[in-house]
Amino acid sequence: MADVTLRVGFAGPLVTFQDGGRRRQLRYGVSASGPMDRLACQAANAALGNACDATAIEVSLGGLGLTCHGGAVTCAVAGGAFFLDHNGQRYASGQVLTLHEGDRLTIRPGRTGSWAYLTLAGSLRCPTWLGHSATHAISGLGGGVIATGQTIPVDDAALRRDREGAIAGCAVPADAPIRVVTGPQEDRFSGSALRHLLSSPFTVTDAHDRMGMRLEGPVLALDGALSIPSEPILRGSIQVSGDGVPTVLLADHQTTGGYPKIATVLSCDVDRLVQYRAGQPVRFAAVTPDEAIAIVRHDAQARAACLARLGTARGTLEQRLMRENLVQGPTWE
Amino acid sequence: MTPPVFKPVADHAVLVTFGTEIAEDTHRAVLALDRALMADPPQGMIETVPALVNLLVDFDPLVTDHAAITSDISERLTGLRIETVTGRERVVQVCYDAALAPDLAAVAKATGLSREAVIAAHLSGNYRVLMYGFVPGYAYLGGVPAPIRVPRKPSPVRDIPAGSLLIAGPQCLVTSLTMPTGWSVIGRSPTRIMTRDQARPFFFDVGDTVRFERIDRADFDRLTRESAHG
Repeated sequence: MADVTLRVGFAGPLVTFQDGGRRRQLRYGVSASGPMDRLACQAANAALGNACDATAIEVSLGGLGLTCHGGAVTCAVAGGAFFLDHNGQRYASGQVLTLHEGDRLTIRPGRTGSWAYLTLAGSLRCPTWLGHSATHAISGLGGGVIATGQTIPVDDAALRRDREGAIAGCAVPADAPIRVVTGPQEDRFSGSALRHLLSSPFTVTDAHDRMGMRLEGPVLALDGALSIPSEPILRGSIQVSGDGVPTVLLADHQTTGGYPKIATVLSCDVDRLVQYRAGQPVRFAAVTPDEAIAIVRHDAQARAACLARLGTARGTLEQRLMRENLVQGPTWE
Repeated sequence: MTPPVFKPVADHAVLVTFGTEIAEDTHRAVLALDRALMADPPQGMIETVPALVNLLVDFDPLVTDHAAITSDISERLTGLRIETVTGRERVVQVCYDAALAPDLAAVAKATGLSREAVIAAHLSGNYRVLMYGFVPGYAYLGGVPAPIRVPRKPSPVRDIPAGSLLIAGPQCLVTSLTMPTGWSVIGRSPTRIMTRDQARPFFFDVGDTVRFERIDRADFDRLTRESAHG
C-alpha cells in the first residue's frame, strides 16, 4: 500500500517519469533519456535529501495539476521559471513545500524555461525498463508518459519540514553562449556554414521535444554529398538536414543517423539549452576539445558544490529562529 | 587495414572512422575494435557505439580526455585481427502471409519476380547485424540479395506494427516498436528483438549472422500468442 497517492487533475503532453537515465545502451539503439535538464532535476532531488538520480516527474510547458490523498508528503519543484500554486498560495519554481491530505498543487510555465521537475520525499512508484524509470517518450518505454486522471502512488512518503522554503537553483546565466566543439563532420560544410553557426543568432523553433530542438537561422550549406553512412549520434549533436537546417539532438535522440553533424554541444551546456523557448535566440561559441574538458571539469565542481549546499537541511522554522537568536543574541529583555 | 581517423566529439567522446564507404572489411574493423575495447576497456570509457564505418567511444571527462583515450584506443588497434571477428547465428521466424506483408506484391512488381521468388530470394540472403539505430531495438541487417533491393518509398507510412519485416536497398530490419517507415513491409515476425529477458534484453548483438526461417500463418498466430503471455 502506498502511503500517499497523487491524483493527476491535468497533465500537458510530455509530462513523464524520469530517473537519472540509462547509459551503456546506445549500442542497442537506446538513448539514455532521463531529465532534459539534468541539473535542475538533481537540484530538486538534492533539496529533499534524495539521491540525485531518484525518479522525478518532468513537467513540460503543458503543466501539471495534482491533488494529494492518503497522507502528507514533502515535495520540491525546480527548473525553468515555472509557477507553483499550492492551495492558492503562489510560489516561483525553486521551492520545497509539504502537501497534506486533499492539497492541490499546480505547476505552470512562467515567462522562461521549458522543463520543471517535481520530486517527492518518498519513492514514486512507476514501471522501469532496463533497470530505469527514465521515459523514452515516443515509445513510452520506462516509467511512462503521465496522463490526466492517472493516480501515482508514493511509497515511503516522508515529511521533511526542515527543508521547506525557497531554494536557489544551480544554473548559470541563461544568456551566455552555448559552447560547442566543431565536428565531427564540419569538413562536409561550405566555408560559410561554420562561420554562420558561430556568428549568427539562431532562433529556437516550436519543433522542440525530448528528441531534439530544431533551430531557425541562416542556411548551413553542405559542400558535396547530402548524406554520410549512418553513424552514432550523441545528446548535443547538431545535425544538419539536406535543406541546411540544424537540429540539436536531445535526451531521447535517435542513436544513429546519416545527416552530417557540424558541431556538438558540451554536455554541461545541454541543460541550459533545453530550457530555451520557441522564439528565443541562441548563440553558439566554439571551444577546442581541450578547453571543453577544462570547462566540463570546472562545471562539475561548481555543480557538486551547489548540490551539496542544496542537500544540507536548513532546519525547521523553530530551529532556524533558534540559530538566528544564537547568532544575534536575545532580541527581548 | 588503413589506419583509422580519430575525431574528438564535444567533451566526452572520440569517433574512430575506418572508411568513408560502406564495405565489409570496414565494418569488420569497427567490430574488431569494439570487441577489443569491450574486453579491455580503457580507463574512463563509458560505452562504445558500433556503426557502419565508425565506432564512437564515449568517456567520462572527469576521468580521462580525448588525447589519453585516443592513445589507449591506438594501443588496442595494434595487432587487431579483423578477419577473426565472427558473430553467433540467430534464427528469426517470419511469416510472409499476404495480410502481414502489405508491400510484398509491390516488391514483386518492381523487381519483375513472383511473390514466391521474392520470398525465396529474401530467405536465401546471408544477413549480418550491422548496427542498431533510430529507436530502441532497431537492428539494421546487411545482406539483402541484389534481385530484391528496392528503394525507399517517397514518403513514410504511419503505424507499421512491431514485428514487421522491412527491406530497403541492401538492408533489412525487424521492427521492435510501432513506428512510421518508408521501407517495404514484406512479412511479420513473432520473434521479439526486444526480448523482455533481463539477462539478454536484445535478441542480436552487432556482428551476429541472421538466418530467416519461414513459418505459416497458424504458427505465426500461435507463437505471437505465446510470446504475448511469456
